[in-house]
Amino acid sequence: MKTSGLNGVAENGVALCDKARSCLNDFKSWVLLDSSHLSAGQQLAVKYFIVAVILFFAQILFGMLAATQFIFPGFLYEILDFSVNRMIHINAMIVWMLYGFIGCVYWFLEDESGTEIVGLKLGNIAFWVLTAAVTLVVLVYLLVQIGPGKDSSLWFINEGREYIEAPRWADIGIVVVMLIFFYNVVATFSKGKWSGIAGVLTLDLVALAGLYVAGMFYMTNITHEQYWWWWVIHLWVEATWEVLVGVIMAWSLMKLLGVRRKIIQTWLYIEVALMFGSGILGLGHHYFWIGTPEYWLTIGGFFSALEPIPLVAMVVHAVYDAGAKSFKNSNHPALAWIIAQAFGNFFGAGVWGFMHTLPQINMFTHGTQWSASHGHLAFFGAYATINIAFFYLAIQHWRGDVWMGGGSQNAWRWKWALGLLNGGVLGMTIALLIAGYEQSFIERAVEGSTWGGYFSAQNHPSFQNAMIWRLFFGGVTFAGFILLVWDLLTIGKGEARVAPEIVEHN
Amino acid sequence: MNESPLWASESFWKKTAIWVTAGSFLILVVLTMDSLSKTSAGSERVPAYSVINKKIDYQYNKDLHKFMPVIGGNEFLFGQEYTDEQARELVDLGKKTTQAKNCMNCHTLLGNGAYYAPDLTKAWLDKGWISPALREDMMVKFLMDPEKNARTFGSNRKMPNLKITEQEAKGIIAFLKWMSSIDTNGFPYNFKTINAEE
Repeated sequence: MKTSGLNGVAENGVALCDKARSCLNDFKSWVLLDSSHLSAGQQLAVKYFIVAVILFFAQILFGMLAATQFIFPGFLYEILDFSVNRMIHINAMIVWMLYGFIGCVYWFLEDESGTEIVGLKLGNIAFWVLTAAVTLVVLVYLLVQIGPGKDSSLWFINEGREYIEAPRWADIGIVVVMLIFFYNVVATFSKGKWSGIAGVLTLDLVALAGLYVAGMFYMTNITHEQYWWWWVIHLWVEATWEVLVGVIMAWSLMKLLGVRRKIIQTWLYIEVALMFGSGILGLGHHYFWIGTPEYWLTIGGFFSALEPIPLVAMVVHAVYDAGAKSFKNSNHPALAWIIAQAFGNFFGAGVWGFMHTLPQINMFTHGTQWSASHGHLAFFGAYATINIAFFYLAIQHWRGDVWMGGGSQNAWRWKWALGLLNGGVLGMTIALLIAGYEQSFIERAVEGSTWGGYFSAQNHPSFQNAMIWRLFFGGVTFAGFILLVWDLLTIGKGEARVAPEIVEHN
Repeated sequence: MNESPLWASESFWKKTAIWVTAGSFLILVVLTMDSLSKTSAGSERVPAYSVINKKIDYQYNKDLHKFMPVIGGNEFLFGQEYTDEQARELVDLGKKTTQAKNCMNCHTLLGNGAYYAPDLTKAWLDKGWISPALREDMMVKFLMDPEKNARTFGSNRKMPNLKITEQEAKGIIAFLKWMSSIDTNGFPYNFKTINAEE
């Protein structure tokens, strides 16, 4: 009896494995991608891209669960509470974008340096280690969720600090993986050739990895803790990430449009000067209300008001270059997403950020849905878009540099994906902005931020309606995502025409 | 012939980028050292943890045109006077518990966090606890069993049971009391405390 039961389980297991394998093979023969088109570095890059897309899915899924809880508070109560869903929503976002960035860099590293990646094997090991760690962290988030008020909870479950919740052991792992990545970048450029792009990238990665360490300490004093916490969050997303995107954008514009390197690099330096010149001290806009001295009201207000300027420069850069080349390019969906990046970054990070950055208004908007509104458009506009653009560059090369134009038979898919994703995020942004306005007036200005005031604002019909619209537009975004994945898997399949070769213009 | 002017040259902007970045970062480092020293626990802006032995209020200051924490005479927490070290330990337990229970992904603390539940900056002073006499007991009960002692203000949003022990609950309350004494430059504005006359 027992043995046959065990045999049954074993047989089932084998059968299941076989089934999974045959499914995978079916999938492979359906997507019909030929990896011999990719260099070894690019094969590593696409691994990062694949995980990035999976985490992008997780971001949207858990975002929608959390959005549903705003409308039906009993939904998944004490199973997957809002705090869990929201944590995975924002963590998946941070991590998928980092995966995307690392993938982008591995993708162009060989091309830019003119040589093969030095520590490719190490890079591959780092990828698997990081992916295993991310999986484990998410499983603990989902299954363990919280712990007692002890150090061990912060080391092994979660640190309970928005955006960088990952437990301490994972922090250390992330730093090690980033160091391997950094080594690969520096060693490869050193072996091959350095360029302006390479120099900016290297210095930016030093800052990016170094800043993460500032967020790895527990402190009782919440003012000090939030002080350093913002060093990581702000100096990542409003400084080093922006420069990293500038680097990726610079390389893409050279490849896509054939813009001259001298122009690209000069622009890149201008952007770095403006970005760091405004962004580093713009950090002060997070130091208005956490207990830090009053001079931050002036410094933070002034410098963060300047933060949109480099984003205007990036719009000019992308749009002018595209226009100057009469939009003649080798990959239409990628260019469309690059243009979406330029505008999304400017509106989401620049305009939406500026709208509530001055202390006189921030006093009433800080900690309301204003921040969520700004966060959605900024992260999507600045960072999701550039990664998606790169996914299209990668898939084109993977298909053997085939033609990817707006007039192709199935081009409606990428156009609709572009429209649904951008429309969906913009719709959520507007809904959250309305909720934020309402909260600023009712909860903050009128009722003085008491708990009673908070709930008066939350229960108000205009807030409730905004939450319904936000969920609706979350669905639109989700539909766009599904279409995007379908398009990425199928675009260029069976396309015989070769993409025009874009050469650098002089 | 085709020389670009200085302001359009690559090397000029490269140098500018380096100087601007280095200069900004240097200023940030100097300001960071100053800010950290002015906000250490026991400074004027961030009181010592033993402030949990005192009465805390938050009132509009006409001269400064903003709301400021006001620290009064003795008002012991749980009927006990804590030494500096005991107070630090209790606040530390509370702070650690707020992280281990992931409070920040529903609530905001000093306005930072998620927006599904109310801000905790001045939670100690909130009128929702009805009166200073009832407050401590209500808070402990709420934290330990938020489902049964739900305070939803008509929203149907209930805090889940986070298996907070009594000692952890006391720690959280000490942490909240201490946090309410931090000078936050007048944030939140117009907040009427539990001590305010109607």
